[in-house]
Amino acid sequence: MAETTTHVAEPTRRDFLYIATGAAAAIGGATLVWPFVQSLAPDAATVAAGAPVEVDLAPIAEGQIVKVFWRGKLIFIRHRTPDEIKAAADVNVASLRDPQPDAARVKEGKAQWLVVYGNCTHLGCVPLGNSGEYNGWFCPCHGSVFDTSGRVRGGPAPINLPIPPYAFASDTKVIIGQEATA
Amino acid sequence: MSQHPTTYVPKSAFGQWFESRLPIAGLIHSSFIAFPVPRNLTYFWTFGAILVFMLVAQIVTGVFLAMYYTPNADMAFQSVEHIMRDVNYGWLIRYLHANGASMFFIAVYIHIFRNFYYGSYKAPREVLYILGVIIFILMMATAFMGYVLPWGQMSFWGATVITNLFSAIPLVGETIVSYLWGGYSVGNPTLNRFFSLHYLLPFMIAGVVVLHIWALHVPGQNNPTGIPIKSGKDAVPFTPYATIKDIFAVVVFLIFFAYWVFYIPNYLGHADNYIPANPAVTPAHIVPEWYFLPFYAILRAIPDKLGGVIAMFAAIVIWVFMPWLDTSKVRSTAYRPLYKQFFWVFVGVCLVLGWLGSRPAEGWYVIASQICTVYYFAHFLIVLPVLGFVERPLPLPNSILESVMGVQKGGAGMPAGANAEPQSKG
Repeated sequence: MAETTTHVAEPTRRDFLYIATGAAAAIGGATLVWPFVQSLAPDAATVAAGAPVEVDLAPIAEGQIVKVFWRGKLIFIRHRTPDEIKAAADVNVASLRDPQPDAARVKEGKAQWLVVYGNCTHLGCVPLGNSGEYNGWFCPCHGSVFDTSGRVRGGPAPINLPIPPYAFASDTKVIIGQEATA
Repeated sequence: MSQHPTTYVPKSAFGQWFESRLPIAGLIHSSFIAFPVPRNLTYFWTFGAILVFMLVAQIVTGVFLAMYYTPNADMAFQSVEHIMRDVNYGWLIRYLHANGASMFFIAVYIHIFRNFYYGSYKAPREVLYILGVIIFILMMATAFMGYVLPWGQMSFWGATVITNLFSAIPLVGETIVSYLWGGYSVGNPTLNRFFSLHYLLPFMIAGVVVLHIWALHVPGQNNPTGIPIKSGKDAVPFTPYATIKDIFAVVVFLIFFAYWVFYIPNYLGHADNYIPANPAVTPAHIVPEWYFLPFYAILRAIPDKLGGVIAMFAAIVIWVFMPWLDTSKVRSTAYRPLYKQFFWVFVGVCLVLGWLGSRPAEGWYVIASQICTVYYFAHFLIVLPVLGFVERPLPLPNSILESVMGVQKGGAGMPAGANAEPQSKG
């Protein structure tokens, strides 16, 4: 065996068979890993359960924050007071960690309704409403501070509370999980 | 080492028949009976045996708990209460398992700091040591997933916080997290897979422990002087000396363990974990189990999500490089007057970090955490490399025997009792 390989400069049929067998085993092995990794992903039932949800806004009083769930994720619906809207709008956007004007975080003409994901963007705790330096949210876990627009203003959270996809079906009804069509 | 026979001949005919087919009795004899042990080991060297005992205890209690536990998000909490109230002695088995985890970590931290103090990580024990770091990381993963299983508030939010650490990874972070969860948030699929892995990992630990002990038996044990066994007079046979000492230490440790289990079984837990998991409310003050606190403090010290996660993992991974970061040729800190002071400062910093990890992340706690985190890394990256060059170590004894018995006059003047020991046991 050693002699054959040292004396023959040309690759032999055996070399080819080694490489072909090795490649087949490697590709086969890698292919077999795929279904196991995919089984870890959210399954069809979980995805199906993530259909849009309808929320009635009529009972939510001004100044109140309501918690709803969509796809197992907590969502805050905040009925903002005029003061809170003003506080959110009067911020120098350039000074923010994740610069975003308040107008870009609410639907046009519906500035009183703020809809944001309810898990801190640091490590997922639920921030406490109407608290913190800006009277928005304060995360008790690691001290992140959010303003009345859900924008990060302090602490370790890297970005603002994200906005879930949602659309107004009427003045008093939102559908969370549905992109606005108009 | 000629006084410690490594060739084993079974006495009975069956024993010889069996040994020639599977030489396991000979392996046990050479590893745990005739194996030469430095004669100057202290009780700090019994923690390996204590840890083996704790691993077995956790597996045995865990196997029984799995018979009564239901890994389902709707039933897990109730099934744990069922274990506590209905299952015969279920309260005992669960308290043994829950407190056993803490005892396991107490023992492993003593074991790790003994290793740091006596330079056991240095050549030729680097592989042995790195296997130990791997065991520690597996232990942390196992303990974390075990704490999730009761599905109380701390379980749920602990799982949320720790799995969200992976979302800090750029680009693929969010995808990785949804693959960890099996959903869009921590939920039933998460609980199921954590239960599966919590059952698997201890057996992987057991596998690495076998490698750890194997790697230990190549160079043999380190000892308080840090110098190797040079002659048979430096050593005693494993059995009876180490065997009896290990058993005694395990018994004393069990008394300590029993105190927690029978008198303050919930002291190390969190009251919040007796509230069923609620994804809409985070406990006011969320902290991990005590044994994660120093690393948790490092995580929170960095005011940047990705940076904090990297620092936390780096705090453990940096241990792997210790054999090469430490430039001193002297193993034992007993002969390193300068390093001895730095060692105790480091121990203090780790304890302070642990305490800071239990405090809320605000005010001067954050600043103190940052100072301690900087020192923690400086210990490895500055103190260890530099001291090896600037420190003048104390003179080392010529042998382990000399360190125990004092310098002998001439070669033959052995005290009668000392050289009788190795031969008196066959």
